[in-house]
Amino acid sequence: MNGNELTSELTRAFPDAPADLGRLRARLAAAAQRDGILDVAYRTVDSPVGPLLLAATEAGLVRVAYASEDHDAVLQALADRISPRVLNAPARLDAAARELGEYFTGRRRGFDLPLDWRLSAGFRRAVLGHLAEIGYGHTASYAAVARLAGNPKAVRAAATACATNPLPVIVPCHRVIYADGRIGRYLGGPDAKRTLLTLEAAG
Amino acid sequence: MTGKQPFEAVVTKHGLTVLRVCRAVLGPADADDAWSETFLAAMRAYPDLPADANVEAWLVTIAHRKAIDVTRAAARRAIPVAQPRDDAVAPAADSAGDGLDSDLAGAVARLPAKQKQAVAYHYLAGLPYTDVAAIVGGSADAARRAAADGIATLRRSHFGATGTRTREEGL
Repeated sequence: MNGNELTSELTRAFPDAPADLGRLRARLAAAAQRDGILDVAYRTVDSPVGPLLLAATEAGLVRVAYASEDHDAVLQALADRISPRVLNAPARLDAAARELGEYFTGRRRGFDLPLDWRLSAGFRRAVLGHLAEIGYGHTASYAAVARLAGNPKAVRAAATACATNPLPVIVPCHRVIYADGRIGRYLGGPDAKRTLLTLEAAG
Repeated sequence: MTGKQPFEAVVTKHGLTVLRVCRAVLGPADADDAWSETFLAAMRAYPDLPADANVEAWLVTIAHRKAIDVTRAAARRAIPVAQPRDDAVAPAADSAGDGLDSDLAGAVARLPAKQKQAVAYHYLAGLPYTDVAAIVGGSADAARRAAADGIATLRRSHFGATGTRTREEGL
């Protein structure tokens, strides 16, 4: 019996235990939260616009990402920009998941969640901060948003701010469209933007 | 710039191997605690781990220390009876069997600590003997001998006992 055979024989003696490992991972997430070392917690939720990745720091929700953004790439970016102490730890995202569920079923018009704005700065941050002023079911032009943010000439910058919104759906960049009615760019693609606007128009 | 992987990816990649190592070294009852302590300590230290570090060797090193802690804590809890020597061979477990695999697990459990560790870290975690030696102390040759002794015992008690599993070519 050679080394490889011994390894596979021994490996079989201590078999795969997916249920045990799942339980241990949940226990690790809870312990990391308790010890204050869970820098980024995340989970995914299903939605009418596809699976959404939700990530939160201790301060609040920090990132919502569409599948088209590549969730693995988004998690790597969070590890690079915030901390590599990133775990799939759903508990911290319970409120966000619940409010999104209510929103997608037409039972919620605004979000009441602590937000961590650290992935956005400067004028972009200012633009995003004003988007909640566009009410549920309404739309505004990029020019109007630039005005809201205090720099009426910065229409292109306002559009860029919307296109790089780290908290789509929650921070409603989908309500910003071209003045001529064209739907414009969107992180989750134009279909997702249309789905959200249709949902809100029905409410 | 892409830096360190999210810790979740480390758990996904190495979680099962570390659990196997903990089970081999400690047995099933204490393995869960050792695994949990290992990954919690690893997550705490992860931001400071050098980018080019061997993550598996690092995790097994932590698991080794946590296993020692768990063993000591269990010893403190235990009613003091005659202390078995480190190299004592524990009585054979009842063979009323969970079959072959748990039988081998039991045979591993009955190995002396050093041999058990060398077998687990080399054969289950796949670490070279230089890494095993760095973890358990002593030289790479000593680690190799400990693993060989352990395997020889496993062959006698397990592979040998089942007859057909003994191969002419040896190890």
